[in-house]
Amino acid sequence: MSVDTDRTITVTVNGVPREATVPVRRLLSDALRHDLGLTGTHVGCEHGVCGACTVLVDGDPVRSCLMLAVQVDGHAVTTVEGLARDDHRGGQVLHPVQEAFRECHALQCGFCTPGFLTTIAAGLEKRDPAAELTDEEVDDMVGGNLCRCTGYANIKKAVHHAAAAMKDDAR
Amino acid sequence: MTTKLFGEPVRRREDARLIIGKGRYLDDIGSNALAAAFVRSPHAHARITGIDVEAALDVEGLVAIYTYDDLTGPMAEPLPVLIPHPQLTQPRTGHALARDVVRHVGEAIVMVVATDRYVAEDAAERIVVTYEELPVVVGVDAAHEAKAAVHPDVPDNVAARHRQETGDVEPVLAASPRTLSFTQYIERSASMPMEGRGVHAKWDTDDRSLRVYTSTQASTSVRAAIAAKLDLSLDKVEVIAPDVGGGFGVKIVHPWPEELLVPMAAIALGAEVKWAEDRREHFISSAHERQQRQDITVGYDDEGRITALDVHVLHDNGAYTPYGIIVPIITATQLVGPYVIPVYRVQVDSVYTNTVIVTPYRGAGRPQACYAMERTMDRIADELGLDRAVVRERNLIQPDQFPYDHQLTFQDGRPVIYDSGDYPGLMVKLKELVGWDEAEALRSEAAARGKHLGIGMALYVEGTGPGPYEGGHVQVLGSGKVLVSTGLTSQGQGHETAFAQIVASELGVPIEDIEVTTGDTRRFGYAVGTFASRAAVMSGNAIALAARGVREKALRIAADVLEVDASDLEIDEGLVQVKGTPGASIPLRTVAVLSNPLRYAFDEAAKQATQFTTHDDSKPPVAEGDAPGLEHRDYYSPLRSTFASGAHAAIVEIDPATWEIDIVKYAVVHDCGNVVNPMIVEGQVHGGVAQGVGGALYERMVYDKDGQLQNASYMDFLMPYSSEVPDVVIDHQQTPSPLNPLGIKGAGEAGVIPGTAAIASAIEDAVGRRIAAMPISPTELYDLVRSPDSERTAASSRRAENGVLA
Repeated sequence: MSVDTDRTITVTVNGVPREATVPVRRLLSDALRHDLGLTGTHVGCEHGVCGACTVLVDGDPVRSCLMLAVQVDGHAVTTVEGLARDDHRGGQVLHPVQEAFRECHALQCGFCTPGFLTTIAAGLEKRDPAAELTDEEVDDMVGGNLCRCTGYANIKKAVHHAAAAMKDDAR
Repeated sequence: MTTKLFGEPVRRREDARLIIGKGRYLDDIGSNALAAAFVRSPHAHARITGIDVEAALDVEGLVAIYTYDDLTGPMAEPLPVLIPHPQLTQPRTGHALARDVVRHVGEAIVMVVATDRYVAEDAAERIVVTYEELPVVVGVDAAHEAKAAVHPDVPDNVAARHRQETGDVEPVLAASPRTLSFTQYIERSASMPMEGRGVHAKWDTDDRSLRVYTSTQASTSVRAAIAAKLDLSLDKVEVIAPDVGGGFGVKIVHPWPEELLVPMAAIALGAEVKWAEDRREHFISSAHERQQRQDITVGYDDEGRITALDVHVLHDNGAYTPYGIIVPIITATQLVGPYVIPVYRVQVDSVYTNTVIVTPYRGAGRPQACYAMERTMDRIADELGLDRAVVRERNLIQPDQFPYDHQLTFQDGRPVIYDSGDYPGLMVKLKELVGWDEAEALRSEAAARGKHLGIGMALYVEGTGPGPYEGGHVQVLGSGKVLVSTGLTSQGQGHETAFAQIVASELGVPIEDIEVTTGDTRRFGYAVGTFASRAAVMSGNAIALAARGVREKALRIAADVLEVDASDLEIDEGLVQVKGTPGASIPLRTVAVLSNPLRYAFDEAAKQATQFTTHDDSKPPVAEGDAPGLEHRDYYSPLRSTFASGAHAAIVEIDPATWEIDIVKYAVVHDCGNVVNPMIVEGQVHGGVAQGVGGALYERMVYDKDGQLQNASYMDFLMPYSSEVPDVVIDHQQTPSPLNPLGIKGAGEAGVIPGTAAIASAIEDAVGRRIAAMPISPTELYDLVRSPDSERTAASSRRAENGVLA
């Protein structure tokens, strides 16, 4: 690393302010995985097609393999490790979509899973939980990510399952 | 929680870590490791005339550069031919780093090691390799013509001629009331797991031992290969498959060059070294499958019963044959499917081309076999004007014909003898599930909307669970925890759950107490690997036998303590108890403590087993023939494979404006014997069908005539997203295998096998034009329908006479 090509960035990752000094060419995916040790974000294609590396930047899904780490300076990033919430008793409460993935067998090898979870979590958080979730909405939500194991049927089922849980919670 | 969990849809235990980002895949390991990158050939066939590394040397962070000249001893020799076969007369393999000649784009030439991957790629980019280009062979027809040779000492490009015959086919064909002959093609696809390959190696300079993590389907054999190639004693090498992000066959190949080179560098440098494959590398330097040309002649009678079948296959094995002729053998032997074929002859010529090697991808030669047989059935039905289902039914092996001996030799060197099945039963369920008999009404309804609708079906029989063996180890600890291990590896099949279910059921312990480890040579050193739908059959049965051994010992020890006969005892919820006598019991964890006579009480529980606590002076503390500990190791080694079966049907709707092919219904009937976890089996079917659809409509490896892979990225290689995968309806049938203690058959590959055949049949039915090359795109379908040379099906001509379109 050298001074003229490195930058120190400050970024809120999963709710915690973090500082990292990274080369300007460092991909966000590599910075999260290798500089911050958050290896839950996976890299499947490195050209923005598969979606395994999807994280949320200020709440919106982005492909972290198509973004430079320096671009998130001053922003908030949520990775799969940040989807669960503290239960205020020292433990964690899984996000409904995480629970739903296990319940519906929506993952097999698990490599693409973090990208699906972040994408779907963002999609579900942005909608009115009381409204009926349509199949078209589900197709839109999962349609940009590749999975080689499941054939998607159980992933789509899990989105409905998570939405139902969030609807119940909202009551 | 009940302990009788065999057959229940138990939620997966591995998911707890995977859904929170705490999985541990290859590139998650060794955050401080040096990184390797490779200079790979940009030419499909060329002689290397020079390698100039000068410009790379001043890259800050460069650690080492290796070329073929740096390889010594066994590393300088060609990579192993993993599965030798007498008919593989011209086996050829490359070197870990290319020596003199490269034979496909992507072949590794130089390995660079640097402080991180970015720097390693910087250095690799500065290395200049010069080449003298050589003539390139692409495609089975060019290989067969042999105007150029991939290997100069194999001028006809034929690596192997695999031939099997069950009788004298020619006189039977000559005497058959009818015959027909045709040629068809199937293209290349690939496993394409979401996680590519990867290797991490750490050399302990004090202990002089090597630990390797690799994203493999066969850790024990990788270990043996590394020990052999790097001149290490086997006990100084341990190999672990961590969480693996999908395999689908490509990771059964080993040792990959990188699996040897990364450990070699780790030892030489005394440092941790890691290589994680990028997606382009995976396209051009791992493995593909499927490409074949099939020339088929079939004899049959006026009722559509087959009298003889003669098949000649040209199989593209790519530039080298490290995995032998397994894929051709499987095509040759699984082609006969669920049918009685009175006389069968098959020859598969496995040919070299200047392309990536061809090794098993889920299905491993079976999708091609099914495509050959099922499309033959379709042609017979068309010629005779019969229902395609009826022709199949007339040829099916009947339930009273098992065991059914096809007189063929399978991929494991064992006879193809079907152990059990009910193929007419599959057919009844399939027709019901898809609505076969209502298809004409659907066709008319679609035609009224201006759409072409067609239906197709395909049946298969799949040899699963080939040997030679797998093992299992079950150990109960004094804490009550039950450790289970097996040597084969996992890539998402849910082994931690399914194997725990087996142990919970066999041993009578809560599943929460069970911990399963797979693919770690530290825990289990003897194994074959995960391929050919064999993990549940092989390790599942081995683990069941090991659990039964533990149970027997536990009952024996408990019988002594409780002063009852062992046959009066049962184990439930981790408690050994006298049947029907509440209170007379001992926890299994206490039995585990007592099983190990002690001198030292290292904790409270251990006191029970120390020498002044136990009092029977008449016997030695450890009886003759016994061993301390409540554990058992056992192996399952089958006489031959067990044969699963199934039937798929697809209904497609085609828009004559865009020629887009929409699968509006996809039905699966599946028989894999007794099922350990139906949720997991259905998941396997869903995933397999998606790959079948991909192989039928989207996925192909597009090589140009120069051997350049034109679509080596996810942008251009069309893997199905959710929008491309139809909803699947599934029905089950269970004919247990009589060959193994649990009565199970493999389920991993089944879903992919009939996809290409069933979808080709449905498209042909929809457009009335013969489909003889798959996959097929909307553009190709448009061209086919428009071409004056395309062959019209007899069924479509008959429909036209009746005034129905297409």
